[in-house]
Amino acid sequence: MAAPALLELTRLEVAYGGIHAVKGIDLIVRQGELVCLIGANGAGKTTTLKGITGLQPVKAGKIVYDGADVTGKPAFQLVRKGLSMVPEGRGVFGALTIEENLAMGAYSRRDRVAIKQDIERVFGLFPRLKERRKQTAGTLSGGEQQMLAMARAIMSRPKLLLLDEPSMGLAPLMVQKVFETILTIAAEGVTILLIEQNAKLALEVSHRGYVMESGTITLSGDARQLLSDPKVREAYLGEAV
Amino acid sequence: MSLAARRSGIPVHVWAGVALVAIALGVLPFVAALAGQAWVRILNFAMIYTMLALGLNIVVGFAGLLDLGYIAFYAVGAYTYALLASPQFGIHLPFWVILPIGASIACLFGVLLGTPTLKLRGDYLAIVTLGFGEIIRIFLNNLNAPLNFTNGPQGINLIDPFRIGGFSLASTETFFGISFSGPQKYYYMLLLLTIAVIFVNLRLQNSRLGRAWEAIREDEIAAKAMGINTRNVKLLAFAMGASFGGIAGAVFSATQQFISPESFGLFESIIVLAMVVLGGMGNIPGVILGAVLLTLLPEVLRYTMEPLQMALFGRVVIDAETIRLLVFGVALVAIMLFRPAGLWPSAVRKRELEVAKEEAAA
Repeated sequence: MAAPALLELTRLEVAYGGIHAVKGIDLIVRQGELVCLIGANGAGKTTTLKGITGLQPVKAGKIVYDGADVTGKPAFQLVRKGLSMVPEGRGVFGALTIEENLAMGAYSRRDRVAIKQDIERVFGLFPRLKERRKQTAGTLSGGEQQMLAMARAIMSRPKLLLLDEPSMGLAPLMVQKVFETILTIAAEGVTILLIEQNAKLALEVSHRGYVMESGTITLSGDARQLLSDPKVREAYLGEAV
Repeated sequence: MSLAARRSGIPVHVWAGVALVAIALGVLPFVAALAGQAWVRILNFAMIYTMLALGLNIVVGFAGLLDLGYIAFYAVGAYTYALLASPQFGIHLPFWVILPIGASIACLFGVLLGTPTLKLRGDYLAIVTLGFGEIIRIFLNNLNAPLNFTNGPQGINLIDPFRIGGFSLASTETFFGISFSGPQKYYYMLLLLTIAVIFVNLRLQNSRLGRAWEAIREDEIAAKAMGINTRNVKLLAFAMGASFGGIAGAVFSATQQFISPESFGLFESIIVLAMVVLGGMGNIPGVILGAVLLTLLPEVLRYTMEPLQMALFGRVVIDAETIRLLVFGVALVAIMLFRPAGLWPSAVRKRELEVAKEEAAA
């Protein structure tokens, strides 16, 4: 018996700037899973995420999170329910220190003592950030900023974490580090929906995967099976089959 | 530092400093009066502008929303006081009744401006707020027909001064053998109000709301992702900034006892914004410094430019009124060139500029 669904999208449609970018997709993320949504640029991955988090109005369909219908709910309410996200392009607070960034991540919480403890715990997970705790986030490299954005997201103690293109614009070595970070967070018991262009790496770390193409899900299943699927290999892994 | 002082949390030298500042502020109106009562009035204006600038600082400095029509709230507060305490309608409510009413009405106008502009940022927001400020002024200018509300361009005269019981702040009185002039009494009243406004602003900055404003200023999408209700938090910035503007306006009305739409033009908006920016956006001591400096500087220039020219050239080459504005403008440009983050910037603002510089270099 599979674990209960934490997030379930049913026939979700989202428009983006007049374009019907997401044309009715079904997607499930179960408790404790790491699921990836892969696809080329413009396939509608980020629009899907914006639809889930209320940053973009949903045209049709339903989003159920943790047993409740959250279709069209604004992001700030979702965060309070334990659905956290790392927006595309990281969005760290550049002029604030790393510590202040992490404290901001706990904005939805009011338990000051536990927040302090969590900051230390997060520093334990990310020693690189601890070394630079008094530095401003703007002075970090792209990869470190991504790391900080993810660390900040788990400060809200999420049940589900949505990651939007965490590897975007990073050097290959940093991409590796970011994926290690994702595994670290998953090991903490956080369920993750990962949106990625880097199909190979995403499928390698995930349990299951969905492939998106011009607004629809064309393939889905076990991540390892998808990795060996000839269609995926040809379209996303750049291999001639 | 002694152990006892350390345990009490606030060291002795801080208390001593506070006491010194308190004494200095206490005798200041008498020192200023040596140069004439006009200088006491200028000090009073410095405090009114301090309140105004602190209110604008919430919107511009804390939340990062560029508001060019802020003076409208000042006008709303001023006219609220004027209409409720003058022969205009024959209503004469006491100031402690009007002050909260003025703040509330200004707050309402803040929400009125904030709601339609929630999605706007930067230049676009600036344009809309600029228009809003002008609309309010033009309304006040024209609301004398068909029904006469504001007396139009003539303004409202004979506004009641602050009065507590039978004790008016406008007249000269003698206590303990010391004669207190009207402006000097106003000074103490304004000082108390200004300290209260500063205190509220300090508390706001360090509150949860203050952090939410900071997050929105830095990155609005990320702020949403932190669980911040950006819509309400931005509206609160407008509402609270407007309330302080309203209070300052009501006080202005009572101090001047005369107001007209002329006092609420675009130039005033720009000056208040300049106080915030030059002083140090987002930093409360900086904003106070900016407000005091920009109130005093033009006045000091007004009185020094002619004697200075006489001393240098033996005659007045340029009219004091003309050169005053010229020197004032040059001073503003110089401050921005040499201290782009303001005279007394906040730590975060300084870092923002550093980050921007690094990004530009990269």
